[in-house]
Amino acid sequence: MPPARRPKVGVFKFASCDGCQLTLLDCEDELLPIADKIEIADFREASSAYTDGPFDLALVEGSVTTPHDADRIKTIRAQSKVLVTIGACATSGGIQALRNFADIAEYRRIVYARPEYLQTLATSTPIQDHVRVDFELRGCPISKAQLVEVLSAFLGGRAPNVPTESVCTECKRRGNVCVLVAHGTPCLGPVTQAGCGAICPSFDRGCYGCFGPQDVPNLPSLTGKLIQLGMEKPAVHRFLRSFNGNAPAFKTAADQVAATASGGKA
Amino acid sequence: MTERTLAVDYLARVEGEGALRVRIHDRKVEEVELKIFEPPRFFEAFLRGRSYLEAPDITARICGICPVAYQMSACHAMESALGLQVPSAVRALRRLLYCGEWIESHALHVYLLHAPDFLGYPDALAMAKDHPAVVQQGLALKKVGNALMTMLGGREIHPVNVRVGGFYRCPSREETDALIPSVETALGLAEATARFVAGFSFPKADEAYEFVSLRHPDEYPMNEGEIVSNRGLRIPAARYEDEFEEIQVPHSNALQSVRKGTGGSYLVGPLARYALNRDRLRPRADKIAREVGLEPVVTNPFRSIIVRAVELVHACEESLAILKAYRPPERPFVESSGPFDGLRCAAATEAPRGLLYHRYKLKGAGLIDEAKIVAPTSQNQKRIEDDLRGLVGRCLDLDDAHLTTECEHAIRNHDPCISCATHFLALDIQRS
Repeated sequence: MPPARRPKVGVFKFASCDGCQLTLLDCEDELLPIADKIEIADFREASSAYTDGPFDLALVEGSVTTPHDADRIKTIRAQSKVLVTIGACATSGGIQALRNFADIAEYRRIVYARPEYLQTLATSTPIQDHVRVDFELRGCPISKAQLVEVLSAFLGGRAPNVPTESVCTECKRRGNVCVLVAHGTPCLGPVTQAGCGAICPSFDRGCYGCFGPQDVPNLPSLTGKLIQLGMEKPAVHRFLRSFNGNAPAFKTAADQVAATASGGKA
Repeated sequence: MTERTLAVDYLARVEGEGALRVRIHDRKVEEVELKIFEPPRFFEAFLRGRSYLEAPDITARICGICPVAYQMSACHAMESALGLQVPSAVRALRRLLYCGEWIESHALHVYLLHAPDFLGYPDALAMAKDHPAVVQQGLALKKVGNALMTMLGGREIHPVNVRVGGFYRCPSREETDALIPSVETALGLAEATARFVAGFSFPKADEAYEFVSLRHPDEYPMNEGEIVSNRGLRIPAARYEDEFEEIQVPHSNALQSVRKGTGGSYLVGPLARYALNRDRLRPRADKIAREVGLEPVVTNPFRSIIVRAVELVHACEESLAILKAYRPPERPFVESSGPFDGLRCAAATEAPRGLLYHRYKLKGAGLIDEAKIVAPTSQNQKRIEDDLRGLVGRCLDLDDAHLTTECEHAIRNHDPCISCATHFLALDIQRS
């Protein structure tokens, strides 16, 4: 049953590049029709008008990296019936989660002459580490089609149809030649969740894991294959430790590669 | 009552998180702070130890609005160190990809972020209720920019096809030819945009800017050229840090760039590019600038929206020329086998918002030992504060609500991208 009134939607940003919320504005054909069906109650990147919660739907971009943001996400959760995270930062911590594996004091000193002015946590963590999340939309950035699907499903009161299979299935459907098998190009497609449309192999490069680990990834098999192809262990470690490096499956596999690397990790 | 404070805690219609605080005492502007509370993400730190080949994909994630700019500055820096010369068709395709980003970013700013200020709406969706054709025109133009990026890069945000030395795969003639009709339509829409925005009513302002941009011998600058200013500066990108430095201020998570020595502010972006390269515009961009009465040097920042529209025309013309002349290169990229250890390199390219500087030092078999990135908005931050100081001084008789609205409009004149500058903003106006 569609709700009698237009549902109130808020779009909220945490540590991120703004790309996933931009994806909503990039839906050039769907933006005005969507805006007719919902009330955009808070979307600072697009509007200077906003109203307070509660919200029927919160779209959350970005990861938690400051004490203030760790509190703010709790407030947003308390005000929102449905909370959907959008993108790799919100679902795994993003590229900025590389700090989780490093010395944050050192990071501050590298970038800022007066680190004491900064308020930052030692970790970049996904939203689900802080509050209950109703649905996670993957990708760095998210896919427009999947975003429209999530909004349509929300408006229709049904579950979103977002496959958790691997990039390989999309790649095969696209009719690509396998870059890993045929060309020996390192590719994370077999362990990465579909959604991008297998664009990297379509451009003669290997997948680099924007959508994070697929449902049942066989990482030891893939890392073994990459090493067999002649990839150095530090390079395999870096390959896994990027935009979704903090996602548990990728994190564990990278740790295992590092543990067996004779020259230590990259 | 002599103390006034104006405050905007969360600036809207800018990319990223920022605030503004203005303190006025006895009708004198005491303090203007553009605060950037966007959390720091430490890109320069975690680039250390990554392969030089990863720099374009990683630095792209600094900004979802201008990822191509980061990819281009990173590639040019690495290629200068390695002595790589890309084939001419690859050079042309890079300009085409950059044109796509300029079209997408400028159309977004002109129609969805800036025009609502002039027409009195909180956002483009509210504006669309009264002016549906205008918003649809903006979205159509934006879509063509995105189509160019998707054709060349696989997707519009964080394209996957850019690599040091060129592209992973160059498009076929069929792929490039297919876009010609839509870019021809976009060129007409861009001209209509210039005519439309030139009809807005503009607040008065006349700022004494030091404009800084690239300048190229033959082209309106994008990927290459020397760094020049209207005050006689002319240097290669490698000497950038001799002339500009970043300072840290307590009120901001973004570093602020200033002119070395004087500590003065300067301006990068469309106003600077246009003032320093008016003579390099393509014919239809030049013609539309004359037709709408755009002065050769624009010192009223509220008129930047017209300059962006002229750049939209230029970018569409440039795209068409590249698409029509395109022949796929024999190889999509060139490579280097090193040596890499100890190499130092720098490059600057023109992001939609202005000059974007990258510097790297490499070690070992091509790992990044040191990285420095200076985003356009870090460079404009201090200059935006200077603009605001002037504006508040001229508009003291306005009540707080109206003055605050004017300040927000003045900030949006420069299309700040706060996500970029943080390494990088909330308004708080105090009057006493």
